[in-house]
Amino acid sequence: MHMAFVVDQVPDAGWFSYANLTEKPFSINRGLDFWAIGLLVMGTASVAGGLNFVVTIINLRAPGMSMMRMPVFVWMTLITSILLVLAFPVITVGLIELTMDRNFGTHFFIPAEGGDPILWQHLFWVFGHPEVYILILPAMGIVSEVLPTFSRKPLFGYPFIVFSGIVIGIMGWAVWSHHMFTVGLGPVANSVFTITTMLIAVPTGIKIFNWIATMWKGSVEFTTAMMFALGFVALFIVGGLSGVSHAISPSDFQQQDTYYIVAHLHYVLFGGSIFGIFSGIYFWYPKITGKMLSETLGKLNFWLLFIGMNLTFFPMHFLGLNGMPRRIYTYSAEFGWENMNQIASFGYVVLFVGFVIFLVNIWQTRSSRFVGHDPWDAPGLEWSIASPPPPYNFAVIPQVEGLDQYWIMKDRAEAAGTPITEPEALVDPSTIHMPSPSYWPIFTAAGVALIGGGLLSHYALSFVGGAIAMMGVIGWGNEPPAAPSDEH
Amino acid sequence: MAHAAEHEYTTTGLSHRKMLMWVFLGSDCLFFGALIATYMVYRGQSLVGPYPIDIIDVPLTTVSTFVLLMSSFAMVQALAATNADNKKATVIWLLATAALGAVFIGFQIYEFNAFKNEGLTLGGNLFGASFFTLTGFHGAHVTLGIIWLVAIAILAAKGRVGSKNALDVELLGLYWHFVDIVWIVIFTLLYLIGGFDVGPVIPGG
Repeated sequence: MHMAFVVDQVPDAGWFSYANLTEKPFSINRGLDFWAIGLLVMGTASVAGGLNFVVTIINLRAPGMSMMRMPVFVWMTLITSILLVLAFPVITVGLIELTMDRNFGTHFFIPAEGGDPILWQHLFWVFGHPEVYILILPAMGIVSEVLPTFSRKPLFGYPFIVFSGIVIGIMGWAVWSHHMFTVGLGPVANSVFTITTMLIAVPTGIKIFNWIATMWKGSVEFTTAMMFALGFVALFIVGGLSGVSHAISPSDFQQQDTYYIVAHLHYVLFGGSIFGIFSGIYFWYPKITGKMLSETLGKLNFWLLFIGMNLTFFPMHFLGLNGMPRRIYTYSAEFGWENMNQIASFGYVVLFVGFVIFLVNIWQTRSSRFVGHDPWDAPGLEWSIASPPPPYNFAVIPQVEGLDQYWIMKDRAEAAGTPITEPEALVDPSTIHMPSPSYWPIFTAAGVALIGGGLLSHYALSFVGGAIAMMGVIGWGNEPPAAPSDEH
Repeated sequence: MAHAAEHEYTTTGLSHRKMLMWVFLGSDCLFFGALIATYMVYRGQSLVGPYPIDIIDVPLTTVSTFVLLMSSFAMVQALAATNADNKKATVIWLLATAALGAVFIGFQIYEFNAFKNEGLTLGGNLFGASFFTLTGFHGAHVTLGIIWLVAIAILAAKGRVGSKNALDVELLGLYWHFVDIVWIVIFTLLYLIGGFDVGPVIPGG
């Protein structure tokens, strides 16, 4: 997809690529072909990854790890993967139809020939709305790990958080048309999607109350990871509230395509997903590398992002309600929007500095000392092994007795007068059965990528790519210990 | 797990690969679902002919549908033969399944060609676009299935397929039956119901 920029054939129809802006007469370079085919290849990869996660999580749990003892992050990954596996085929079909329109003369989305541009919007958003939850659910999972750790209290209402996640995963399929209120689907459709969209705020609200209750009367420790998690909760509430306001379709008619929507989506995706991811990075960095990120720089990083984010995106609420439209690069001076826009631009500079600080923070860990295996006194079993983890992870597969297993183990050891101070001892890796490394998967991937490349240049290349992918699958399938091919 | 090779540990007791196959088929359901939705949305929306009534040949496709259904029967026999460690029967039934699938594809090639000669093309009208895309992707699934069948048949002929690894054949069977079921839906919607559609439906507004 990014090759499009290298060869100067840039996609030029926005991230949602609404028909018929995407059709040949309106977009004559190959940019959208790069976009569509790049996404098709990535979609294949996402579905393959999603399949892997679903099966691993359902089928490869440690003994005693029942579904309701799983860490919330794993739960949310499971729901995300199911959404990926089910949502991507829909956009795949949309992209195939678009590619065919542009290259093989079909008229799926060309109104002059009877085609319906609205079909693209439906296919896009049937995928696109579950995709929104694909972005936010993992962040919700991360926050559900970080908050209990630094409140020194188990997660409040674990089953509620899990089931809210499941409900979001299911209902995420029933709200897509709230992106299309102004299309003219009629009062019945708009009413139905208004109601479903307002309902989906309920499970999210439940989660937020549970997170707050988790901190209630806990001994809260303000580490950088915790601060990002708190930032997530706060900003997500703001984004959620503006979200409910355009769930109401009459009010959305006013807000559609204005900066109000831009403000909303940045509060949920920047304040939500990005803050969740930062929280996760600060939390798990010592597990992944064995070294701590600097807390001082981390807090600076947090405050710059938090302040910068609010400076940039909060004024957009006002600008949007004042009628400033999205996707138009300028506006005339008489509207009086300069000050707000200037604040937003300044906020961006603050954000930029924040990101630079983050990179500096990563860079400076080159020379820092190794820390212990469990610097946060965390509840999750991943903290019971050495940091960075050995290739085999656990030398002995743990027996799980409940939620927050490592806290259970540490409490028991402490009560017995022998507190755990060391990670699980390392063993000789050759004594542990590991899947054998293989070159066939990357061989297959190269073949699949070549199919896409061929569609963009010479169709013959696609056949070569197909043959390579096929060889890859057969070679992969014949490799011990795996049995013959079941990949497609 | 030291003894993973002999006895794979799974939490649910269901093999990983079988579960993966089921989840993949779920994913594929959405793929065909979206393609079928496209066809249904564009039913009666073509502005110019040929329309389904002009060219759809229900009796011909009934024959090819019957052939494909029989291939599922052969697939079931192949799995039974595998479980019984009957090498010869396994190879024969696998190849029979592949052959019946190939006959179906032959019918499809003939049909596509005939339709093309009667003026139905991808670019001609919406019926052509949605018809060829949907049935074409189904045909591609069947073709992949045939390649897979032949590959397993070769392994079976070398004596590498039996009751111990019957799962290999079972997964192939799951895929094959799924593709078959999808065709039943396509046949019902595109031929038995949509095959008699005449000209464009004038939109209400």
